[in-house]
Amino acid sequence: MSTNATNEARTRETTIEADPSLPTIRIIRDFDAPREKVFRAWIEPELVAQWLGPKSTTMRIDQWDARTGGNYRYAALQDGEEIAAFYGSFHEVRPNERLVQTFTWEGMPDGVSLDTMTFEDLGDGRTRTIGLSVVDNFEARDAIMASGMEVGVYEGYEKLDALLAQS
Amino acid sequence: MSEDRLSRVFAALADPTRRDIVARLAVGDATVSQLAAPYDVSIQAVSKHLKVLEDAGLVSRSQDAQRRPRHLEAEVFDMMTAWIERYRRQAEDRYRRLDAVLASMDDDTKPKIREPTINKGAAS
Repeated sequence: MSTNATNEARTRETTIEADPSLPTIRIIRDFDAPREKVFRAWIEPELVAQWLGPKSTTMRIDQWDARTGGNYRYAALQDGEEIAAFYGSFHEVRPNERLVQTFTWEGMPDGVSLDTMTFEDLGDGRTRTIGLSVVDNFEARDAIMASGMEVGVYEGYEKLDALLAQS
Repeated sequence: MSEDRLSRVFAALADPTRRDIVARLAVGDATVSQLAAPYDVSIQAVSKHLKVLEDAGLVSRSQDAQRRPRHLEAEVFDMMTAWIERYRRQAEDRYRRLDAVLASMDDDTKPKIREPTINKGAAS
């Protein structure tokens, strides 16, 4: 692999910020695609279904109305079985710039996250997405960040698992 | 359970006085009265904050029975860092799938006006 490619990969890696004093999560990622294209991948259901769901699951979209005031519901399927379902509203769909949604996992119906996605044009056909999720307490944020812990185990995390199991 | 422990850690750190105590213990061990000195609160109030931090596993008491200085368990922060890193990796995986989607899309960049998708057969 060339140095160039390595550098490129490094600048593109996802960044996560979990504020210690506010129950928020910020996720930043750059894409090698123009803003209009990235935005489409976020709102067109055929495209969303290809990447948004948890790893090793199939995403079934039951309802999808990506317009300001619209709503959505989708389910994650594993071997044809529904393992989780999510719903919310599209609070604001501002083409190519901003997407504001509410998000609830039906397994925790009292929990709702307010997710604001901002799409920044970096020039040269590149786009930065900044996702800010706000929930109403730290326990809810922990639950979000811990979600999917059972899905997808990465090398090097055995040590963490052992540490977590100690408590 | 591990998730309970992590919730306790985050709940413990949600309070500004407790975060301040943690920051001071990061510099070095300190007794309850040393920790209480800069605050306009009683020793009892600081003890209460320390109890929350101890219950979360963030702070322990040293063996010195006389002074019982409190000690910061830095390992807990390593655990939180690793935990956030795991979440980050999941997000990165998801976005790599999006990279592939973007690469496969045509260059028609105009968002299509769409009728809502309603999959009536799916919900039951």
